[in-house]
Amino acid sequence: MNNQQGNRFFFNVDWVTILIYMALCAIGYINIYASVYNPDISDTYDFSSNYGKQLIFIISGLILGFSILLLDAKFFSIFSPIIYGVTIILLIAVLVIGRKVAGNQAWIPLGSFRLQPSEFAKFGTALLLARYVSTFNPKFKDFKSIFFAGIIVAVPLFFIMMQPDTGSALVFLAFMFPLYREGLSGYFLLIFLGMIVLFIAVFLLPLYVIIPSIVFVGVYSIYLNKRKQKMMVSIGLATVIAIAYLFLVKLTYTKVLEPHQRSRIEVMLGLKTDPKGAGYNVIQSKIAIGSGQVLGRGFLLGTQTKYGYVPEQSTDFIFSTIGEEWGFVGCIVLIGLYLFLLLRVINLAERQRSPFSRVYGYCVASIIFFHVFINIGMTIGIVPVIGIPLPFISYGGSSLWSFTVLLFIFLKLDANRMGFI
Amino acid sequence: MDNLFSRKYTIQGVILVVCLILIGQLFYMQVVSDKYFLLSNNNVLRKIYTFPARGVIFDRNGKVLVQNEPVYDLMIIPNQVKPFDTLDFCSTIGIDMAGFKKRYNKAVAQSRYQPSAFEKQLSVQTYAALQEKLARFPGFLVQGRTVRHYPDSVAGQFFGYVKEVTQKDIDDNKGYYRPGDYIGKAGVERQYNEALRGERGVINMLYDARNVPQGSYLEGKFDTLARSGEKVISSLDMEIQRLGEELMQNKVGSIVAIEPSTGEVLAFVSSPGYDPNKMVGRQQGNNYMEIFGQPNRPFLVRPISGYYSPGSAFKPLDALIGLQEGVITPDMTFNCPGGYRAGNHWVKCEHVDGNISLRRGLARSCNTYACYVFEKLLTQKKYKSQKVAYDEWQKKVRKWGIGTKLDIDMPFERKGTLFTAEDYSKRYGKYWGYTTVISLSLGQGEMNTTPLQMANIMAIIANKGYYVKPHLIKAIGEKKTIDKDYVEKNYVGVDARHFDAVIDGMQEAVNSPWGTANASRIPDILMCGKTGTVQNPHGKNHSVFIGFAPRDNPKIAIAVIVENAGYGSAYAAPIASYITEKYLKGAVSGNRIAQMEWMKQQNVLPELPKPKIKVQPKTADTLLNKKTLQATEGNLPAVKPTLTPVIKATEIKSNLEVTKTPTPVNDTNKEGTR
Repeated sequence: MNNQQGNRFFFNVDWVTILIYMALCAIGYINIYASVYNPDISDTYDFSSNYGKQLIFIISGLILGFSILLLDAKFFSIFSPIIYGVTIILLIAVLVIGRKVAGNQAWIPLGSFRLQPSEFAKFGTALLLARYVSTFNPKFKDFKSIFFAGIIVAVPLFFIMMQPDTGSALVFLAFMFPLYREGLSGYFLLIFLGMIVLFIAVFLLPLYVIIPSIVFVGVYSIYLNKRKQKMMVSIGLATVIAIAYLFLVKLTYTKVLEPHQRSRIEVMLGLKTDPKGAGYNVIQSKIAIGSGQVLGRGFLLGTQTKYGYVPEQSTDFIFSTIGEEWGFVGCIVLIGLYLFLLLRVINLAERQRSPFSRVYGYCVASIIFFHVFINIGMTIGIVPVIGIPLPFISYGGSSLWSFTVLLFIFLKLDANRMGFI
Repeated sequence: MDNLFSRKYTIQGVILVVCLILIGQLFYMQVVSDKYFLLSNNNVLRKIYTFPARGVIFDRNGKVLVQNEPVYDLMIIPNQVKPFDTLDFCSTIGIDMAGFKKRYNKAVAQSRYQPSAFEKQLSVQTYAALQEKLARFPGFLVQGRTVRHYPDSVAGQFFGYVKEVTQKDIDDNKGYYRPGDYIGKAGVERQYNEALRGERGVINMLYDARNVPQGSYLEGKFDTLARSGEKVISSLDMEIQRLGEELMQNKVGSIVAIEPSTGEVLAFVSSPGYDPNKMVGRQQGNNYMEIFGQPNRPFLVRPISGYYSPGSAFKPLDALIGLQEGVITPDMTFNCPGGYRAGNHWVKCEHVDGNISLRRGLARSCNTYACYVFEKLLTQKKYKSQKVAYDEWQKKVRKWGIGTKLDIDMPFERKGTLFTAEDYSKRYGKYWGYTTVISLSLGQGEMNTTPLQMANIMAIIANKGYYVKPHLIKAIGEKKTIDKDYVEKNYVGVDARHFDAVIDGMQEAVNSPWGTANASRIPDILMCGKTGTVQNPHGKNHSVFIGFAPRDNPKIAIAVIVENAGYGSAYAAPIASYITEKYLKGAVSGNRIAQMEWMKQQNVLPELPKPKIKVQPKTADTLLNKKTLQATEGNLPAVKPTLTPVIKATEIKSNLEVTKTPTPVNDTNKEGTR
């Protein structure tokens, strides 16, 4: 029986996902090595260098991951409020005792390493959200359930915004997807999309063009739905809110956003070219990726990478190294791996019997997806510069461990999918 | 729940679409556009050029005329500087602490990562002292480069100079040059620039984001080494060149000496000259303006662009054409009653010689004889008219190089003046004949030659009928190549048999008691020559002498022009004789040494036109002259007025000496040269 259970434990783990995970970690290690590579000092196992540390992070991450697999699956469901609570406490603690790095109070120093609580807040939130859905089985049709789910997401979001770490905060929007899967109206996604479109429109078009356009769309929609009185009211309300939103964006932009955030947005939208300032990272990153062409310049041969043209090369802009040295083919392989991982996690989530596992799986996929999209989009200039890491690849212990924990909890839940949680 | 299951596909669809957007953008950046590839190369790759040393120029005896002297610039890279013993450093390069701080801050302001000049052109001694200690001063390095150096400080116009390229040079050379490069701008440096400059080397250097060089692209696969310039052997003989410049000091004029058999130019003196070393280094610009502002135009390369009527020096040439045409014979005599009547004007002769033949006519430089030869030539029966005869005549003269360029290897050569019949018809209309242009027979009138052309005429006579195009460079590079134009013989259409009679006359001119240049006879050497006293509209006659020596197997053909110095026998002939003697015998001998030294001291500079400076009252200059005259005998006035040209002081001094000598030299010529 014992023996059988042990077999079951190993056979039930989704090894394909683990292989993809390890492949991504390996790609990360190789490219961090390339990005800090210095031909004068070429000690492959120098543990004081970034790639040496990353090797330690990967090994310890694997140990961490496999020890999660040894835990009981029920642990996460039962302890999710506590884990959530601990991450919230850490988020508060970081505001008090945290160290300020580049304007963000996001780090708690722990010996020679620094802990970034916002990374761990993601799976804490995911766990509690899953617990909430599995316990109360809300349909997200009523205000109350949406409100509760909103509170779960909003509390860590608030503390992260206090740091302020806009990049990590944006990732919390990823929880839209699991909620949508659990019954949240598709209108929320559309409203969300509409908010992004309007946000960009505010910068690109003058108000006297946008407002009449919104009014026109609203009036036309009311005309189409002239039989449904309730619908007409909603559309009318939406139109008014949309216009109010425009002014809110304008106001936020001029009063709330920091100058560096403003200039990043302007650079991304092409309103401003600033090759020496805010635009420098993106321009150099785009040059690096574009110069890779089809097959790349080859391992350790990227001149942009080797000669330090791209700042934050091993962390947020690690994708530029991949693009430069491995070219379009390397980028396709990497994005393909991510795509495969995301689709696989969603498929695994759908085969779960317990809503807890399913919701959690969707959370994992969404969080990784947001990170990948924002990070790669930023390096190729289609998203403003938001400092968030590329999952499993960017240099950094907090980020690697939190993604490992995030993924391996799901793998443990999946391995135990036949059991009841 | 099952209706919600389909939402999985919506979410997966969104993920797929977003990934496709990312891939689409990557496809554009990496596959479609090569803009980023080029930008990346621009980022890191920069061509660094290494400049070779310019070629060395030797004289005909293998003496170095111009070489490259190393200069050392002390450079600093501020971010590599670590604390060091600044006191020791400052005392080594000879600056104080304040100067150190000033230079350091300037360098930091320029760039922290790029080397910039800390102190330019260290002396060799300083460099040697510093070199030992340089390891103790991190962040400092010494960069060597070379500048031109002319050990003899002579022949400035021959060498020309090297200067930074202008935009026009860059355009003309189709991108070979870049701003800051150097190019030969005048003289031989210009003419042989392509041989002298060598081949520039290039390093495709990679730079990191902080502009620190990171080594060569692909380990130097596309790099080339600099190849230094070719060595160039000049035909000049530095000994006689220097002697020539000494003899011509305080005189305006020119000396050209040619080896007749090869056309190699032995001496190329243009006076006033300038020290070529002044056109080198940091002071180049200032010195250029200073030399440019001097009187008598030192930058004018008189041997090839100074215009002088040949004067009597033309007579042998005309006689040779006459002999070839058969209109005269060596024994034919003409009667000289002290002049020649040409139509309604009278050409005066210096002497009354009665019946005079070719030989004596040349020895005595008889104007009457020359006029008769010219008359005979232009009134030949075989021509329809005198105009046709003139045109045929001028074509023959042109073959001697008058009115045409000799294609010497030096820029800005001028071709001289010689009218065609058509030119005269334009000037005089239908009615003109030999009497109208009779002054041509005396080498005056509408005839201008350069000193080079005069020397070349002598080379032709020495060679008895041909010349090799004169040239200043006899061999280029290790293979000692030379343009084939400079070995070819050019015949002038006069048979060799006619020359002896003319050469006899020229020999008598120098070596017989009745010759015009008798005073310049060289012991043991038969020099043949012809004096000229050239009238010019600008002042006193120019003193001209052309000749060659020795009579048999001539080694040197020479032309000397001293402007506004009077008779040819007074200045030009002695100068030519000293140079010839020096060249043929190695030194001037006997009491001629003293004569030569005396000649060096002579000053026949034309008087300068008064400086036209508004702020200074006109009398100031003359007052000053009086003052200096009172100060007298060598003691130069301690205070020089700033506005008066520098030359004034020396000139005044020389003037004083001149007035003590018996020869009247400097009369009141208010106009100056030109």
